[in-house]
Amino acid sequence: MKPTVKPLDDLAVGAEPARLRRVAKGIPRVCKSLPLILGLLVSASIYADEPSIQVKIRNHQFIPAEIELPAGEKRLLVIENQDPTVEEFESHSLHREKIIPPNEKASVYVGPLKPGRYEFQGEFNSATAKGALVAK
Amino acid sequence: MLNAAIIVFRETLEAALIIGMVAAATRQIPRRAYWITLGVMMGLAGAIGVASIAGEIGQWANGMGHELFNAAVLAIAVAMLAWHNIWMAGHGRKMADDARALGKSATSGDRAITAVTIAIALTVLREGSETVLFFFGIFAGGSAGATPLVEGSLLGLLAGITAGILIYRGLVRIPVRHFFRVTAWLLLFVAAGMAAQLAQLLIQADLLPPLVQPLWDSTGIVAPDSALGTLLHALIGYEAQPSATQVIFAVAVLLFVQLASHRARHHGARAN
Repeated sequence: MKPTVKPLDDLAVGAEPARLRRVAKGIPRVCKSLPLILGLLVSASIYADEPSIQVKIRNHQFIPAEIELPAGEKRLLVIENQDPTVEEFESHSLHREKIIPPNEKASVYVGPLKPGRYEFQGEFNSATAKGALVAK
Repeated sequence: MLNAAIIVFRETLEAALIIGMVAAATRQIPRRAYWITLGVMMGLAGAIGVASIAGEIGQWANGMGHELFNAAVLAIAVAMLAWHNIWMAGHGRKMADDARALGKSATSGDRAITAVTIAIALTVLREGSETVLFFFGIFAGGSAGATPLVEGSLLGLLAGITAGILIYRGLVRIPVRHFFRVTAWLLLFVAAGMAAQLAQLLIQADLLPPLVQPLWDSTGIVAPDSALGTLLHALIGYEAQPSATQVIFAVAVLLFVQLASHRARHHGARAN
């Protein structure tokens, strides 16, 4: 008896039910439109002018190293890296992580915070780059 | 020197572990070494490109460029890993059982591993660009004192690659019976962890609310900056204090891929 020979395509993705194929095809399509979706999200979101707090990084140190801000309010932390080396602003308690290229500024939203002390550090120079936000 | 080694190790660990897991998970796909190497090379080229325009990216979208760029990179990587997992659920067993089918379905195997190649390239790009920036910084600091930093960095890189090889060696020892289930679950957790990171980036960019922050706090059990915490974060996206939004993203990916895989497996069996 001769075994039934399936066409080659049947072994490939073509053998899948149409529904699954649609799902699979949809994923790259969603990916393609992602930059657009993200772009729309950005333009749609209103960037309220939260007061900003300026911080500098110089010689792998935060200046000022301790920053007070009112509890329950949002602030934009603008960190200026004046060193020729990259730094990463990192804080587990604030849930923030942001790369700051040499001689560049980076902005990070913080808060609203409960009263307390929130430590942060420069991941690449954690021995010297230490600081804290104090919410009051 | 040791400091540089630790920094580079931490930056490369996640990508190395993911490559190790992916290399194991795709072991029945022909020419996977070529595809994985291609992914790493594309990722490295991308990382150097991204690092050299990091300043510009940072200025996009009112200073939230890094968050959005990384979120988009993560979203595509999650989609690619998800697609691969769903595809493997439908075809993996058939390919493992039937060596003849393996040769014949090389074309569709290529398609599945293309998704993996893209996922690897994007992971290397995302993790690598920070390492490349760190490297730039070493040389910007002047040649004096650069040598120990370069040595340390290379040591860290080597340690990261070793971790990737170790997880690969460990995984391929799993008996074939359980192998595909274990690797599928691991990659699924990697994808879910990436989705949680994506959510965190959108929260940081102020586009999503954290809803509940944190949903739980397991710092006391496994601290996020401990060795185990770092490893678990790199492996399955462990967070000690995740927000509700992050958990929702991760669970959504878990459920969607499991559901779609279940269907693919079901229909795949019937098609046989």
